[in-house]
Amino acid sequence: MILVVLEGGKTLKNISLELIAAARGLGGPVTALCIGPDAKALAAEAAGAGADSALFVTAPEVAAYAPRAYARAVAASTAKTGAKVILLGATSTGRDLAPRLSARLGAGLASDVVEIRLDEGHLVAKRPVYAGKAFLTVRVETPVAIATIRPNAFPRAGRGPAASAEECAVDFEPRDTDGAITSIEMGDAGKVELTEADIVVSGGRGLKGPENFHLVEELAAALGGAVGASRAVVDAGWRPHPEQVGQTGKTVSPTLYIACGISGAVQHMAGMSSSKIIVAINKDPDAPIFSVADYGVVGDALEIIPPLVKEVAALRG
Amino acid sequence: MDTVVLVKQVPDTATRIKVGPDGRDIERTGVTMVLNPYDEFAVEEALRLREAHGGTVTLLTMGDARAEEVLRTGLAMGADEAVRLDGASADPLQTAHALAGHLKTMPFDLILCGKQAVDDDNAQMGALIAEILDLPQATVVVALKVDPAGKSGEATREIEGGQARVRFSLPAVVTAQKGLNDPRYPSLPGIMKAKRKEIAVHPADLSGPVGTSTISLEPPAPRSRGTVITEPDPAMAAHELARLLHEQAKVI
Repeated sequence: MILVVLEGGKTLKNISLELIAAARGLGGPVTALCIGPDAKALAAEAAGAGADSALFVTAPEVAAYAPRAYARAVAASTAKTGAKVILLGATSTGRDLAPRLSARLGAGLASDVVEIRLDEGHLVAKRPVYAGKAFLTVRVETPVAIATIRPNAFPRAGRGPAASAEECAVDFEPRDTDGAITSIEMGDAGKVELTEADIVVSGGRGLKGPENFHLVEELAAALGGAVGASRAVVDAGWRPHPEQVGQTGKTVSPTLYIACGISGAVQHMAGMSSSKIIVAINKDPDAPIFSVADYGVVGDALEIIPPLVKEVAALRG
Repeated sequence: MDTVVLVKQVPDTATRIKVGPDGRDIERTGVTMVLNPYDEFAVEEALRLREAHGGTVTLLTMGDARAEEVLRTGLAMGADEAVRLDGASADPLQTAHALAGHLKTMPFDLILCGKQAVDDDNAQMGALIAEILDLPQATVVVALKVDPAGKSGEATREIEGGQARVRFSLPAVVTAQKGLNDPRYPSLPGIMKAKRKEIAVHPADLSGPVGTSTISLEPPAPRSRGTVITEPDPAMAAHELARLLHEQAKVI
């Protein structure tokens, strides 16, 4: 039995569909677990998207994310289903929760995995280390295994009509909500999240100044993608840190990554080299970024981006 | 306000990683080792809390004698004491039990560490230790306020597309994200003082459960240099790129 811990708002997030597909890939059967105020509808949605059964926890203790309350809910569902493998998304919540669960269950945890398989009952997982400069394969040695899976690394289960889901009873303790989220402030509503984006357009020092970064934003908007930045421009204060791609920023694996005016420092390339298609636009034909680019344009990003935005807009209608 | 900061020695982020001869670890010869960048934010935050509220800052690491270099870095920044647990484990769960076992012998109001180490990228240690010690946690924190008298804290966590505020009681475990502060450089007197400082060394208790074992370490699949457009006219170059992405790569 494989337990997948899903996330969603009004509907399941893409990572949740990837978790269901990843669990199916291990051979199932798959139980989906949704926690939070919308969990009942999300669990029903999961049951329609390929999970064999679905559980939900909607108690007041999980009204907002709280590490201990969520860990208790997952532990209760694990006991109820007898799950031997627990998969979570390598998301803010998943990465916060999974280690807590690992210590609670005495279960080994493989973080941020891009491949998983079962080998004689042991979960074997491949995961990037050094932000993708190398890949480590680990075997989980404990009777229960936990992994967080990286967004965009697995195929997605198809959505289907909602099916039935069952409530999982959990005995919470008062301190379970110590450390709960009290409020959330989201950035621009229309903004695509960097780590989940199918397309990422990043800018570097080649843009010459923060006043030119709107070009990167326009290209990202034309493509329906997210905006990223190199460490150099984040350190220079042109862009906020959450946009940084690289070893001390985000690691991304989009379908298309466009690096504009980024030379390709080792720490940057670590964060984006697992992208499916890489495009580099840079004035310097010897820039290291070209060595990993599927398509390169030797030229000034400031001059190339505006006509490229028009081309993209025309192609996407 | 006594803070323990968990620190780790890691290869500098500018390092070109090569797989070592055993196929399980990197080639470490000639690699520059540094204090994990996220742990620097943790050390800095602990120093600022001491400046605001008094108390002490103690560094704790696990590793061999070379790992004391990062303790010296933290001491030079201004930490009061440093402890090294002598031992090594590649498994986070086992490491967390070793660190937590020693933490049980220390007085503290707060445990700080980086949100992840930039070598193994596990991002597990803070939350593992919080659970083992039955403490609340706040991970990936970009702003922190503590009230030592009221035994409580408030933190802002970075989440997908925004920020979340959390409130917790002390003692607690907090993991630092870039943006929390600007770490200070060690001062010259600080460096001199750190050199003379005695580092407490205890054997690491590695009797805890082993969660994972290493099978292999591989370099990433090589990427070959692709099509390069050298067309000097920007509009023509943009047109050609868009055409290739649409017709050949089929990503637009």
